[in-house]
Amino acid sequence: MIAFNKHYNLFNIFSTFLIVVSLLLLIFKGLNFGIDFKGGTLIELRSSDTKINVSSLRDKFSQMDLGDVSVKKFGNDIDYLIKFENKGDKKNIIKEIKTNLDKSFGNNFNFRRVENVGPKVSAELLKSGVIAISLSLAIMLFYIWIRFEWQFSLGAILALFHDVIVTLGVFSLFGLEINLSIIAAVLTIVGYSMNDTVVIFDRIRENLRKYSDIKIYELTNISINETLSRTIITSATTLLALLAIYLFGGEILKGFSLAMILGVVFGTYSSIYIANTVLVRLRVSQKTVLREEDNNN
Amino acid sequence: MLYFSKLRILFITLFSLLFILIASSNLFNFDDGFFDKKINLGLDLQGGSYLLLEIDNAPVIEQKLQNLTTTIRNYFKDKDIKINNIKIDNQNIFFNVFDENKQSVIDIFQDENSDINPYYPRFKSHQLLIEDTGLNLKISFSKQGLISLKTSSQDQAIEIVRRRIDEVGTNEPNILKRGNNRILVELPGLDDPMRVKSLLGKTANLTFRFVTSDNNDSFGVEKLKYEDGIEEAIVSKRIIISGDNLLDAQPRMDTQNNQTIVSFSLDRVGAKRFGKATSAGIGKQLAIVLDGKIISAPVIRDTIASGSGQISGGFTFQTATDLALLLRSGALPAPLNIIEERTVGPDLGQDSINAGMIALAIGFLLVIIFMFIKYRIFGLITNVTLIINLFILLGILTLFEATLTLPGIAGIILTVGMAVDANVLIFERIKEELKDEKNNILAFDSGYTKSRTAIIDANITTLLAAIILFFMGSGPVKGFSVTLGVGIFTTLFSVYFIARLFTSIYVSRNRNKEKLI
Repeated sequence: MIAFNKHYNLFNIFSTFLIVVSLLLLIFKGLNFGIDFKGGTLIELRSSDTKINVSSLRDKFSQMDLGDVSVKKFGNDIDYLIKFENKGDKKNIIKEIKTNLDKSFGNNFNFRRVENVGPKVSAELLKSGVIAISLSLAIMLFYIWIRFEWQFSLGAILALFHDVIVTLGVFSLFGLEINLSIIAAVLTIVGYSMNDTVVIFDRIRENLRKYSDIKIYELTNISINETLSRTIITSATTLLALLAIYLFGGEILKGFSLAMILGVVFGTYSSIYIANTVLVRLRVSQKTVLREEDNNN
Repeated sequence: MLYFSKLRILFITLFSLLFILIASSNLFNFDDGFFDKKINLGLDLQGGSYLLLEIDNAPVIEQKLQNLTTTIRNYFKDKDIKINNIKIDNQNIFFNVFDENKQSVIDIFQDENSDINPYYPRFKSHQLLIEDTGLNLKISFSKQGLISLKTSSQDQAIEIVRRRIDEVGTNEPNILKRGNNRILVELPGLDDPMRVKSLLGKTANLTFRFVTSDNNDSFGVEKLKYEDGIEEAIVSKRIIISGDNLLDAQPRMDTQNNQTIVSFSLDRVGAKRFGKATSAGIGKQLAIVLDGKIISAPVIRDTIASGSGQISGGFTFQTATDLALLLRSGALPAPLNIIEERTVGPDLGQDSINAGMIALAIGFLLVIIFMFIKYRIFGLITNVTLIINLFILLGILTLFEATLTLPGIAGIILTVGMAVDANVLIFERIKEELKDEKNNILAFDSGYTKSRTAIIDANITTLLAAIILFFMGSGPVKGFSVTLGVGIFTTLFSVYFIARLFTSIYVSRNRNKEKLI
């Protein structure tokens, strides 16, 4: 049996540190919103001429009067991702860019993807993204509240907040882009983290009924160990699947799978080191479980 | 938990086979209505354009109010009520009446049988609101009035958008209303999104009006620019004929001077008016105005009574074709703005399909190898179940002709990773039970029973997340929630029916074996 409970305090401090740093990052550095939430235009180009490089392309774009243009390589040497904010009321901007590029580089570019999100739509998408995440947190809270005692709910929700905040914190730290698929990833993380916590909680409750003489400090550790191989196997297979998406699923899914990988890692960690420690700190005992059942009868 | 009746086994086998068969219809062509279904590929996988258009209703409202001022003036003139200082400001009409008439004017507007202010009994609301500001009377659209105005302009606009897109000849376009002022257009496999965008971006409001130098034209005059944006001309506001009078328009080659032109024919009313105007106006310039810009302003040399004519204006064949198309399909009631566009080229789509499939294959393989190493015979059971699960999932997506997107493929891969969870929970529980319980069958039985609440809880949480995503997400992300959500049901089915069936067969055959798992 691994003594997870020995490190409860240490990891509580560590988690608090992670959350505080993440919050500071989110407040002061902020998130790198993609065009889905900020509005603007995104173009994915593929060049058929290997002589074209990112700096010549960047020079060309900066001459086009598009404002702040970002030109980056996208996964390999021939694909480029161009992003800029929509300025004024230019209707045929893509046509103009195509004409300009053809003039300077010959007809060597294939417009593989064009996305353009107006300010109204991006504001709506951001709003619905925030609503979706808040709603999912609220529904999880509600679900756990009807399924478990309040101490458990608090533990699960703290773990959930930890996972979401720290994942977003990592995205802020490395300036990774937040787009629609990241929202999907965050929601899945919420589901996964909950899933992981609930399995351990289920076992704790079962053990609480079984043993009246074991303190919660010990009991959580027993329960973690009993469910440990499941935790490891499920995290491992999920991570294997996600790794396959990250490495082979193409550039478009990179951010999504990275967020999910982070979420699974944090989710597994928080189920053990946040959710459980809340139960310990709230001195949950057999009485907690039995009292609830008496009330229900 | 381990007992299966013959009937149940038959049912499980048939059910699984059915979905495998349905799933396989994506690969083969069955000449059968039921099996010949296919998963739709999302725009991000097959390539195409997604356009969200917003109707700019401000000009429509302005026009309605403009017409209304005339109506109000005439209506009250008949009633011997003098309307003074009538003006439109910020989508309101303001006017003054003498104090003794004020109440009767207000009453007329608020009467349920009012002639000039339609009443919607269903919504208990008039089209217009009247308010006494003290200084003057203020008329504005009520909430319901504004909604019905928007809905009707949306109905007209969607019709015109449909006609224009049909004329371009895209396969299976998807044109839907969104809210009361937006139109969603999905165009799979489109070659030239720029052309469609420029076609949808034009109102195509065509008018034929005389060029005039007389500033005292009773209809009023306005200064309009030519297409080139440099030259200008003063044009009367009197409309001789408009786009509504057109029956047909086609691009043509003018053999005399080798120019591309657009020839048109007019309906009876239009032909009559055109004939009259051209006979009265010989020697004058007739401006052909499209969306507030003059295309050309030829001098009338002869009376045109045939009801057909032509427009020249330095067109290329492409621009002439597009203009003819726009004129044939009619004018939009209001300008459309493209507020969101997502276009994926077909080769990127194919690349995404390939990448998704490779990731799926590799992810699947990794999970299968892992499970086999970890659980041996039970890993094998899990793996066979996983494969059947995948087919059932694809079968359901096929049955409902769901749309598969790139995030959707990610959802399937994730389902593969998470699907083993339920089996792992069960197997681990059985292992624990075997520590105290020597009877294999009883241990397996209680392993299944005791792990159930955890499995249900775990799947419900993921399902809740998927449901929220389905309702809040858009486009490709929605595809993710569909595969994730459906995956949960197929996983539960395959775990509790298929895997349990295999497990029960294996355990009953080896009931006395030690260290079964």
